[in-house]
Amino acid sequence: MTTTDLGMPTHGSAPVDPRGGTALVPRLEEGATTLTKKDFTSDQEVRWCPGCGDYAVLAAVQGFLPDLGLRRENIVFVSGIGCSSRFPYYLDTYGMHSIHGRAPAIATGLATSRPDLSVWVVTGDGDALSIGGNHLIHALRRNVNLTILLFNNKIYGLTKGQYSPTSEVGKVTKSTPLGSVDQPFNPVSLALGAEASFVARTMDSDRKHLTSVLRAAAEHRGTALVEIYQNCPIFNDGAFELIKDRSQQEARIVPLAAGEPVRVGAEGERQVLVRRPGGGLSFVPEAEVDGLEVVVHDPGAEDPSQAFALSRLDSTAMTHVPMGIFRDVQRPTYDDQVRAQVAAAVDTAGGPATEHDLDRLIRGKDTWVVRS
Amino acid sequence: MSSKSVQQLDRVVIRFAGDSGDGMQLTGDRFTSETAALGNDLSTLPNFPAEIRAPQGTLPGVSSFQLHFADHDVLTPGDAPDVLVAMNPAALKANLRDLPRGATVIANTDEFTKRNLAKVGYDQSPLEDGSLESWHVHPVALTSITVEALAGFRGLSRKEKERAKNMFALGLLSWMYHRPTQGTEQFLKSKFGAHPEVLEANLAALRAGLNYGETTEDFSVSYEIAPARMAAGEYRNVTGNMALAYGLVSAAHRAGVPLVLGSYPITPASDILHTLSGLKRYGVTTMQCEDEIAGIGAALGASFGGAMGVTTTSGPGVALKSETIGLGVALELPLVVVDVQRGGPSTGLPTKTEQADLLQAMFGRNGESPVAIVAPRSPADCFDTALEAVRIATTYRTPVFVLSDGYLANGSEPWRLPSVGDLPDLTVEFATAPNAVDDDGTPVFLPFLRDEETLARPWAVPGTPGLEHRVGGIEKADRTGNISYDPDNHDHMTRLRAAKIERIAASIPDLEVDDPSGEAKVLVLGWGSTYGPIAAAVRSVRNTGANVARAHLRHLNPFPANTGEVLRRYERVVVPEMNLGQLALLLRARYLVDVRSFTRVRGLPFTTVELADAIVSATQEVTP
Ligand SMILES: Cc1ncc(C[n+]2csc(CCOP(=O)(O)OP(=O)(O)O)c2C)c(N)n1
Ligand code: SF4
Ligand SMILES: [Mg+2]
Repeated sequence: MTTTDLGMPTHGSAPVDPRGGTALVPRLEEGATTLTKKDFTSDQEVRWCPGCGDYAVLAAVQGFLPDLGLRRENIVFVSGIGCSSRFPYYLDTYGMHSIHGRAPAIATGLATSRPDLSVWVVTGDGDALSIGGNHLIHALRRNVNLTILLFNNKIYGLTKGQYSPTSEVGKVTKSTPLGSVDQPFNPVSLALGAEASFVARTMDSDRKHLTSVLRAAAEHRGTALVEIYQNCPIFNDGAFELIKDRSQQEARIVPLAAGEPVRVGAEGERQVLVRRPGGGLSFVPEAEVDGLEVVVHDPGAEDPSQAFALSRLDSTAMTHVPMGIFRDVQRPTYDDQVRAQVAAAVDTAGGPATEHDLDRLIRGKDTWVVRS
Repeated sequence: MSSKSVQQLDRVVIRFAGDSGDGMQLTGDRFTSETAALGNDLSTLPNFPAEIRAPQGTLPGVSSFQLHFADHDVLTPGDAPDVLVAMNPAALKANLRDLPRGATVIANTDEFTKRNLAKVGYDQSPLEDGSLESWHVHPVALTSITVEALAGFRGLSRKEKERAKNMFALGLLSWMYHRPTQGTEQFLKSKFGAHPEVLEANLAALRAGLNYGETTEDFSVSYEIAPARMAAGEYRNVTGNMALAYGLVSAAHRAGVPLVLGSYPITPASDILHTLSGLKRYGVTTMQCEDEIAGIGAALGASFGGAMGVTTTSGPGVALKSETIGLGVALELPLVVVDVQRGGPSTGLPTKTEQADLLQAMFGRNGESPVAIVAPRSPADCFDTALEAVRIATTYRTPVFVLSDGYLANGSEPWRLPSVGDLPDLTVEFATAPNAVDDDGTPVFLPFLRDEETLARPWAVPGTPGLEHRVGGIEKADRTGNISYDPDNHDHMTRLRAAKIERIAASIPDLEVDDPSGEAKVLVLGWGSTYGPIAAAVRSVRNTGANVARAHLRHLNPFPANTGEVLRRYERVVVPEMNLGQLALLLRARYLVDVRSFTRVRGLPFTTVELADAIVSATQEVTP
């Protein structure tokens, strides 16, 4: 999986910030001993169930964080509540295990007031899309400089197996003995609809892909949403079996590569995504594409409609599941702009406020003097 | 000057009342400013409907502004107006019952049309049917005189001219009470500078009002109120919300940390958000978040990062923030929660005042979740209370509630300006190094190792090398902060968190009692915005020769250390509150003292008279 140069789309007259996601975060000095996975492993015993997909993601993150070259004390993980949200306890960085659904809001306050931090949010499908749905969409629309890891196991793990907002219709769980009746969210579609500037999907079991997506997400300045398909062997085992099973994987996973036609299937059975005259997308055998408009993936496209159309290829039946970066565009971030407004106001006034300035502020324009 | 007679008065209460669109708040504000400039002490009470513009001319659309000014210290906005300016029949009808017989009514006759009278259920004009005989009525064709005075303004429509009628009314009242109008002229110039014709029209209307008083037979007397004797210093007039915003900024400055506000608009707290949003030059960061939960979340996130996180709201917003306040209790991070209380439950009375969130602040969370609570007693006192909240939050690493209310928020009074450099030093100290050694003698950082005096834990912010640690809402082991489900540890931690809040009492002054004779058997104890009304009522009872003592709580949790002793000193303790007895409940539970509640929830401050009556009956009960 590669990320290509995504170009720099312009957005009207708004300034585009070319800095990467960690540009303002202090780095380890040249020549300093590089950190290792061990430096990011806390002394706390990991308490997920045996075989839980969260272990693989934790290992991938611990293994990848040293590559960022950042000072460890400038990395913060903020999580909500759920099995996945225990994540911060196991990383030897700063961390906050907060309350159910609210991590994006808390992280927004932290990231806005501390540009020198690399702020990560860890959340689950229930945490991010049920109770915290509001905070998630608003973080995305604001484009706060955060990397959000959304562990999607299509179930409520910590509360022992109720259906979640990503569970397929008809899901039988303790709270839906006759099957669930509500339509699930597609987290990628939702994020794209919420003006997200970076949206990707990856999987717990593919360490290489997971790491490459995390890297691109960390490099993105703005909110990066990474949906991670995660198996819960206890309450929703095999939820992603169709795309994990080697014999079916190739026919179902649609790897997204920037600048490449969108394809699926093994050599010989390959199908290519084309745009039908009416505008709809469909796969056709490679041999039959002549004269048809082949869809070339462009995560940097300003218009999110093609990325959205790609996200819709994934029905809950998992016939075709795009994996990779759907969208990666630059637009001004909330926190940069909030800080810029404050900095400009301070600059214009000639520097940080002194006690004298505050005295003048509280005096206002309308005072009178009482003499003794 | 005038050949008309001038009378000296010691105090006056004026109420401006009109349609929401009539500009009564502005008129009141300007009159207040003129009065302040003249050196009277004063107190104001705006009263407006929750609807932005209820149908014109109807009772729900009436907005009013009351001002009490005097040549002595003023404690309340006044029980009842001496003068009512009624811009239409609805304003008259809505306010008449508050108007004592003999008071003055200035009514805008132009609006007393058949249609407008019918809108509020008058069959006949009360200006003509004799029903106002007991009052001094000045019928003034305010609208048409204004329009006539502006005849020369050809660029303005009739509607635009009519809009200046509030300036005419202001001019007339300014003449009646000898108020200087230069400030208002300055104000109009900066407001309408970009529209010269509108500016000139407003100035002309103001002057027309002054001249009208001067020349019309109907107004034969004008009044002077000598300046009040106030402590020497420079003063301004300030509302509670503004003083609170300035207090927060000044406190953060004295603490040496940035102020970060996460908020969501709600009446009557929004003005704090508005004011702070304009203070970027002072390093203030404000975030208007997607809801109250996000607002406090952003504030807490900022506090985790070493800022002074603040959230501002009213009662319904506090309900939404409860879970995050609990998280703040568990994380033991500084956080200030400003609750500008309004009438409840639910949406209740958004623009009216009440003190019914005390128990919500105290107990409105799951688990044993103690927080500090402070309450300002007057608009200007909101400044000092904000400082105190920041002091407690940063020293004890705890959420602190500031319980203001709608009356304080919008009411105003003269404020003797402090000098920021003279405010208490609130400098915070962040943890920078390990604070313990492990079994092998290696230095380690224990995020829940406490300061022996305050029981506060270290504030170690991200970016500090070597102090990486995790905090969370799950119960933590003492000292290490690691997850712990151990029964004894939970019991210990629960008691520690409670003890930490109790320790605050060691840093606050004793409850002071005002008992000049030393012979009082009755103590009147208040909190929050009832300070002024209680003080005024106690003063009036003392004027009858009775002895009564008075005390006021700024700290509601913990209470000052001597509170129990003070309560037990008196035969009877009366606790007036704008709720159904919430402080009384806490005092009874805590001190086993049979305090008596006196309560009103009318959305308005207590009147001096009703409080004085209650105090008198209490004194009669204890003095056979
Ligand atoms: C306010 C609140 N409501 C409910 C809960 C109970 N609860 C904890 S985790 C959870 C669902 C978690 O599901 P998900 O986010 O998918 O995380 P997972 O455990 O699957 O990783 C619920 C309902 C809670 N902790 N707080
Ligand atoms: S319940 Fe599922 S998601 Fe939670 S730890 Fe166990 S396996 Fe993992
Ligand atoms: Mg889940």
